[in-house]
Amino acid sequence: MTKQKKWLLSCIAIAAFLAIVYVLEATIPKSSQWSMLFTVLEKGSIYALVAVSMNLVNGFTGLFSLGQAGFMLIGAYSYAIFTIPVAQRAAVYQYFDGGLIQFTLPVFVSILIAGIVAAVFAFLIGLPVLRLKSDYLAIATLGFAEIIRAIFQWNTLGPITNGSNLLRKFATYQSALFPIIACGICIAIICLLINSSYGRAFKAIREDEIAAEAMGINLFKHKQMSFVISSFFAGIGGALLAMFQTTIQASAFKAAMTYEFLLIVVIGGMGSVTGSIIASYLFIACREWWLRFLDSEAYIGDFKVPLLRAGFRNVVFAIIIMVIVLFYRQGIMGTREFSWEGLLRWFRNLPKNIKNLPNMFKRKRKKEAQINE
Amino acid sequence: MSKENVLRVSDVTMQFGGVVAVNNFSMEVNKGEIVGLIGPNGAGKTTAFNCITGVYAPTNGQIEFNGEVIVSNYPHGKMKQLYKGENMGKYNKVIAPTPDKITKKGIARTFQNIRLFSKLSVFDNVLIAKHLHAKQNVFTATFRLNHKEEKRMRDEAMALLEEQGLEKYKDDVATSLPYGLQRRLEIARALATNPKLLLLDEPAAGMNPQESDELMEFIGNIRDKYDLSIFLIEHHMQLVMGICERIYVLDYGIKIAEGNPEEIQNNPRVIEAYLGVDE
Amino acid sequence: MDFLRDNLPYILAGISVGGQYALIAIGYTMVYGILRLINFAHGDMFMIAGLMGVYAVTWMPLYAAIPFVIVFTVILGFAIERVAYKPLRSAPRMSVMISAIGVSYLLQNAALYITGGLTKTYPNIPWISETIKVFGATTKMVTVVTPILTIVLLVILSLLIKYTKMGMAMRAVSRDFETSTLMGIKIDSVISITFIIGSFLAAIGSVLYFTNYTGVMPTAGAMPGLKAFVAAVFGGIGSIPGAVIGAFIIGLCENIIKGLGWTTFSDAFTFALLIIILIVKPTGLFGEKNIDKV
Repeated sequence: MTKQKKWLLSCIAIAAFLAIVYVLEATIPKSSQWSMLFTVLEKGSIYALVAVSMNLVNGFTGLFSLGQAGFMLIGAYSYAIFTIPVAQRAAVYQYFDGGLIQFTLPVFVSILIAGIVAAVFAFLIGLPVLRLKSDYLAIATLGFAEIIRAIFQWNTLGPITNGSNLLRKFATYQSALFPIIACGICIAIICLLINSSYGRAFKAIREDEIAAEAMGINLFKHKQMSFVISSFFAGIGGALLAMFQTTIQASAFKAAMTYEFLLIVVIGGMGSVTGSIIASYLFIACREWWLRFLDSEAYIGDFKVPLLRAGFRNVVFAIIIMVIVLFYRQGIMGTREFSWEGLLRWFRNLPKNIKNLPNMFKRKRKKEAQINE
Repeated sequence: MSKENVLRVSDVTMQFGGVVAVNNFSMEVNKGEIVGLIGPNGAGKTTAFNCITGVYAPTNGQIEFNGEVIVSNYPHGKMKQLYKGENMGKYNKVIAPTPDKITKKGIARTFQNIRLFSKLSVFDNVLIAKHLHAKQNVFTATFRLNHKEEKRMRDEAMALLEEQGLEKYKDDVATSLPYGLQRRLEIARALATNPKLLLLDEPAAGMNPQESDELMEFIGNIRDKYDLSIFLIEHHMQLVMGICERIYVLDYGIKIAEGNPEEIQNNPRVIEAYLGVDE
Repeated sequence: MDFLRDNLPYILAGISVGGQYALIAIGYTMVYGILRLINFAHGDMFMIAGLMGVYAVTWMPLYAAIPFVIVFTVILGFAIERVAYKPLRSAPRMSVMISAIGVSYLLQNAALYITGGLTKTYPNIPWISETIKVFGATTKMVTVVTPILTIVLLVILSLLIKYTKMGMAMRAVSRDFETSTLMGIKIDSVISITFIIGSFLAAIGSVLYFTNYTGVMPTAGAMPGLKAFVAAVFGGIGSIPGAVIGAFIIGLCENIIKGLGWTTFSDAFTFALLIIILIVKPTGLFGEKNIDKV
């Protein structure tokens, strides 16, 4: 396939996908159980954006950062604070005399501000912590995310952040196409960055810091760049998540949220953008939709299926994740990316692969053992 | 005959706690020269390299490159009590750049235990080194506003690979290359930073005699082609004696000899350091 | 003196909770010392131990329940290591860490499923939940017992590590994993013992902690776990006395901050303290310096 042909194919695929979403949205009623599809598409897209942004730092630059939830929180709050209509502010900020800010900004400007505020915070946090190594960096960024969470719940800042109360009534989107397109554009920009000269420098740092430095790559500057850009997009992801949820509260952006993204990145494959995207949709679809039947009691004839009740879904989900982590360590994509040839090859080899499925784990172990020797 | 100095190392001492890895080491590399640094294992050769390339800040001493002081330090703080050298007070500036700053000034290096970007392709390994002098910023690079610059980087990287005979491996993963070629790739990568001085840390380690002969010829060639000065550490005596114009010998961190290959071969102290003395 | 008198309850609470953090932190620091793994699931082990305490007293008399909880936690810790970490011994460190996060996720969700999301109340354990007066401040017996017990356990543990053959093996493994394997040390049993000790201490910690803070819920382990981990990093991860001292400092600071009326920031302060320490002394108070070899 030529390059142009591939481009054309990709464009057609994207256009077709958007058209299908548009048509489905018009035809599927909100009450149908298929409306879960839109939850998956919307939340999945937002998660994909944040996962890809996390992959930029953790998978491509090789920094172990666990601050994503904190930057999302900053983004979500920045967005919400600037888009609550003036008329509604008195109701939202009922304990703080209608709040301090008495103007409203357009949605697009606010989303951008969300990203920028998160990036500024990342820049300031990065100054001290990016000099730390691996685990220490992880725990320091995790710590900063917790500090940010506490600051946003601080009563003294209430006139701006509404203290520990909900923020609500801010502008949201109408169509599922909005988050899909917004996240698509952001992910495309991250991809362009990864494939640029700077992206290569990030990968060099991931592979070998000492060699990268000897090649004239300023470690701190590039780490800082990757961290700030990643946080910018996490901030935008936070803003979109706020729009999706329609209300936000700082207490929800816990370390557990960051772990979720880390799991997605790993399940998709560290250092693979398409892996992160696929894993995000699967993650959300499994948790919110496909496994939902596990949460309600069910009967086969007169036989009551055991174990099924509220909460079982998440147990099964956690077990699935453990199985993937233990037996499918490279993740869905490894470090590979999607390509049309790859897809074709995958379809061509499908019958063979299915036949070999039982042997797969065995062979993988053996291969790893060889590599380790 | 006075020659132009490229590198001048003056009184460099490197102490790790109480261990003196390099002691009062002075040397110079002139323009266009190939200079060797030899010595038994653990003599402090790589430490000396690391001081020059900014990996370590020396305890005392100064390093000049093209007449500019690039590294300088004097014993202070904890080191002041420990330092026993005689050059106390000779230097009083602290200039401790990071390795990338040194590379930017025009000193490139290879590593004793090859440090390629192991999971990246051969081509990317060289291309990454081109990042240093590219005229771009993160915005123009991301949005592809610098087509010409990117193309120039790619062309130059490709030219380097072709010159090394590595072009047919360009899409292979770097660590899948045979050992000898990995060394070559590391040199190509160092050359991609447009250095004026090249530091090679045991370039012939692990090579068979034929490979190391080829390497010897190759080092001479790149010196002429890129107008380089070369400073190398090597255990392979045939190679060192074959191409180096001058040689320094380190033993226990102390310079015990310097001179041309013939002088070194006949120097009793060198023989003693390598073979020991009869009791 | 006025400050001391006004804040005595907080200082007592700080010392007490510090001791409880210390018991958890030892588990973190020992595992890190040997496997270089941040065992994210350790805090949840602690929560499960608490939950088991709640259920155990309904099944059996109290004198049997506490040993049962401890044995259960130890077995769980052992099993988790065998199932979730051992198969990944040759994998990159990141994989093991992800596995730990997975286990933590699983334990939390399992707890959520079992409790149905309700907060369970920890049973009253006689003697240690009695109210007493210390220097005029009213508190529970556990406040006094915790630091003493912590110190006693620390001393025993230090003696074990210093004088037994297993302790020597542990020290060897934490210094150099690969060489110790070559020296014929049975790495798997060393790691198992490490997890067993960690779980044992976490179980004791849970009994003490939940006697103080009686609400047990699925996320109850997350914060104390994180705090204990911070304590371990604070003291220099890998160092057992470091973890204990770090835990006491963190417990004290946290409660003094609460005493000053900054409750919102008591958690944040812990992390701020950690970040400051890491920046000033990147390997913690008692950590050893690592030099990269070029």
